[in-house]
Amino acid sequence: MKYPIYMDYNATTPLDKEVLEAMLPYLTDHFGNAASRFHAYGWKAAEAVDLARQQVAGLLGASEKEIVFTSGATESVNLAIKGVYEAFSRKGNHIITVATEHKAVLDTCQHLEKSGAEITYLPVDSEGNIDLTLLEASIRPTTILISVMAANNEIGVTYPLKTITEIAHRHQVLFHTDATQAVGKLLIDVIADEIDLLSMSAHKLYGPKGVGALYIRKKLNIVAQQDGGKHERGLRSGTLNVPGIVGLGKACEICQQRMTREAIRLGALRDSLENGILGAIPETKINGNITYRLPNTSNICFGRIDGEQLLMSLNEIAVSNGSACNSASTEPSYVLKALGLDDDSAYGSIRFSLGRMTKPEDIDFAIKHIIEVVNRMQKVRVF
Amino acid sequence: MPRIYLDNAATTRLDDEVLQAMLPLMTENFGNPSSIHAHGRQVRSAIERARKTIATLLSASPSEIFFTSGGTEADNTAITCSIDTYQLKHAITSPTEHHAVLHTLEHLAKQGIIELSYVKLNEKGQVDVAHLEELLRTKPRTLVSLMHGNNEIGNLIDLKQISEICKKYNAIFHSDTVQTMGHYTHNLQDLNIDFIVGAAHKFHGPKGVGFLYINANNKIHPFIHGGSQERNMRGGTENVYGIVGMAKALEIAYRDMEAHQNHIKGLKTRMIEKLTANIPGITFNGDSANVDNSLYTVLSVSFPPSSDNDMLLFNLDIAQISCSSGSACSSGTDVGSHVLGALNVHPDRGNVRFSFGKYNTEEEIDKVIDVLTEIYAKKVLAPNP
Repeated sequence: MKYPIYMDYNATTPLDKEVLEAMLPYLTDHFGNAASRFHAYGWKAAEAVDLARQQVAGLLGASEKEIVFTSGATESVNLAIKGVYEAFSRKGNHIITVATEHKAVLDTCQHLEKSGAEITYLPVDSEGNIDLTLLEASIRPTTILISVMAANNEIGVTYPLKTITEIAHRHQVLFHTDATQAVGKLLIDVIADEIDLLSMSAHKLYGPKGVGALYIRKKLNIVAQQDGGKHERGLRSGTLNVPGIVGLGKACEICQQRMTREAIRLGALRDSLENGILGAIPETKINGNITYRLPNTSNICFGRIDGEQLLMSLNEIAVSNGSACNSASTEPSYVLKALGLDDDSAYGSIRFSLGRMTKPEDIDFAIKHIIEVVNRMQKVRVF
Repeated sequence: MPRIYLDNAATTRLDDEVLQAMLPLMTENFGNPSSIHAHGRQVRSAIERARKTIATLLSASPSEIFFTSGGTEADNTAITCSIDTYQLKHAITSPTEHHAVLHTLEHLAKQGIIELSYVKLNEKGQVDVAHLEELLRTKPRTLVSLMHGNNEIGNLIDLKQISEICKKYNAIFHSDTVQTMGHYTHNLQDLNIDFIVGAAHKFHGPKGVGFLYINANNKIHPFIHGGSQERNMRGGTENVYGIVGMAKALEIAYRDMEAHQNHIKGLKTRMIEKLTANIPGITFNGDSANVDNSLYTVLSVSFPPSSDNDMLLFNLDIAQISCSSGSACSSGTDVGSHVLGALNVHPDRGNVRFSFGKYNTEEEIDKVIDVLTEIYAKKVLAPNP
């Protein structure tokens, strides 16, 4: 099957060939259960998991014992937020997060509200920034957790983690970041940034689907959410997805080597995509803060145009009009609405997210294709 | 001779046919199934085909199958979320359940959410059905969680009988079917059961993926929140190749089931007969020596007391034989098996679980019997000090 040019790397990334190579032995001969303590099949699997734990910890600047493997970022976020909520119920029931967080955070918080949690959803300004003064003013004596994503999946805006952790810790509040979109794209150092909990997934950084990790700072005790055989030091039970974990580890190692150069390359490609579109099509503008954002992400509003038709007509490129995780919904993006866009402008916005396979020719092709499609649609509108 | 793997109840080797089915989704078809462009749509249809395959094999509807990260998550979801959704105040289980069930229920009991009762077992570890009825009579609207096949001793329950009893008392019935899925036929049209589960890696599918069957009469809250995946029942990007691999593995398991059952039952019978003949004082735990009425993949052997029993598993490993003392899932803990503990098996005896799979051969079984016979023959022949 012939696919369009892929520009939706924030939804998922192709599995890196080197990562697949690293996984294959664990999908064939080394098939043991990492918890089997009495034979070589088990030991081989456990060794591979140990190496992967080092590789993940290495990318985050963490130590191995601070990494818990999960089935993905959504489970990590659930474990972090619910685990803190249960462990710190004596201290309080108040959590602060942001209106533009991923659904994994928002749905989890809404679920906790039903069982008595109080949640503050901070607003964002027209560029997607949060007001740090308001953040600090929202802290109550009962506040136990602040959860702010490292980078937004739709508009790519990044948040000042270090400043936020300083505010949180000044008030003895824990800080969790959903770093699913940032890990592997930007340097994140959990020690320097003083992060307490960090959620991430493999399939956003050229690793496999169905695996992720939660970083939990040393000496921080949270309550496990999935019980069973006490795997992962009792924090996450269930037979370890050994090939997946091996893939996650390898993907982290590769990102650590290439991240800095790749960010520069993608930033330049992204800028030329934006210049090409904004220069040729009037009424287009970029959504979100353009200074502090992921190098690979561009969310462009095409003005008063039928967004659905635009997306369907752009059949030579694979792009999206919001988070893939909400695609069952026909509502306009809640992230863009939180920035103050009206329904039409939100529908008329498209997220381009570039990645390792994106080449300069792809950008030229995409610009040409987009201009053609928009011109055609505008002509139709005139008649 | 290469290493002999007799720990198939812990995990199984991925079938090469399964890997071949997974590879296209690990290479060119890499999209996010929730994406609406071609990359996404292609993968979405692969997932829905997999759902249909599994549903058809189990005589269920595709809308009753929910993908999870494995058996443990599926068990946790069924238990935690049915108790939460239906505001159940009581649950009944047995002391020999897998920890995915026991620890989950114990956690809820400790929080004061439920009262937990344990059904009595006889000395073979079989469920006392009369006691179950007695418990149900006094505690209406209960969750009953009883595993179909025990992972350590191979005991089976009669799903049909238990499900009828549960129905009679309006109880919710969950069965941890991790060990029987893909090894026996499950016909859900024919069973009054609310929840059963599967873990792909127990039937030659990949690790990190499983499923929960939720009978259409039930509507429970999600366990993992975020995103609209799995019809709002389970947030998170789907483990696409895992799901496709699992469906393929179950398809192969059903296709070849009769042949595999016969083959593995033959191996188990051979092992029981020869060990009984060669090693005086050997016994078998639970029902596992009853080949036609126990999990045919599991044989729980109890060797006579010996000073070498502590080293038995390591000696077997040195002899290139991989097996286990019980469940692999009690990882990192050195406590004895809770299942054998519940059966009052004498701690001086050497307990080993041999669990068979489709790739095992008669030659392998004979080798294992020789090694074991030698270990225990030495004891008999050694002169008294």
